[in-house]
Amino acid sequence: MLTAAFWFFATLMIAFGVSVVLLRNPISCAMCLVMSFIALAALFITLDATFIGIIQILVYAGAVMVLFLFIIMLLDLRTEESRRLNVGATVGGVLVVSGFITFLVKVVTSDPSFAQKLPPLANPQIPDVKLIGMTLFHTFWLPFEVIGALLLVATVGVIVLSKKSLR
Amino acid sequence: MPTLANYLIASGLLFAVGLGGVMLRRSIIVIFMSLEMMLSAANLSLVAFSRYGLINGHQNYDAQILVFFIITVAAAEVAVGLAIIVSLYRARQTTHVEDLDTLKF
Repeated sequence: MLTAAFWFFATLMIAFGVSVVLLRNPISCAMCLVMSFIALAALFITLDATFIGIIQILVYAGAVMVLFLFIIMLLDLRTEESRRLNVGATVGGVLVVSGFITFLVKVVTSDPSFAQKLPPLANPQIPDVKLIGMTLFHTFWLPFEVIGALLLVATVGVIVLSKKSLR
Repeated sequence: MPTLANYLIASGLLFAVGLGGVMLRRSIIVIFMSLEMMLSAANLSLVAFSRYGLINGHQNYDAQILVFFIITVAAAEVAVGLAIIVSLYRARQTTHVEDLDTLKF
């Protein structure tokens, strides 16, 4: 059951990710990215990280992608006209990506500890969010405050950037 | 049962697809989407390590907190980045990276 879910959602995630790179219309790219993020959230849930999975759907597939679609609408972007393929970038891209995948497979197959099966949780019924909240507000309270300040700075920065004339 | 290697390979493939998108695409918006994909791929490997490296039978929640922070920073980054793209479009009327060659030597 878990294995089937893993292969289904992993294939879905990679397939929609590839179509983000291949499709020409930016709207289709954004919608494929939404589907890819939802499949990724399902993978998080197969790893018993329900909170992260829900946050992934709410923040990424919801808020961030709506922002992307909004900007595509605002700039009125059309389907990209096909230009001459940049040979250098294509060859470089294929080389870097295939080199990365080769080394990744090499590293992952080198050590037997990567082949371990899913270890059982001590108490699978525990509320995930409660433990995350405890860790967040006990151990990581300072980074949490800093991230709040960062969000405020980002909001102010966006407002300054979108003013018509920058002084 | 899927192994840790399965999840790491899935995460690495998603990262590679995002990297390919950044290198091959010419539209600045799609490049930005591919960047988001790479950030999420890193999140998947973090969550996989958190689930496979149990501490007293519980997941390692430090990794999930890091994922939470990454998602927050990514949201802030998207807001600022898209605002920069909008002001770039106002100034140059293009989102095509090959038309933005002022800094090119």
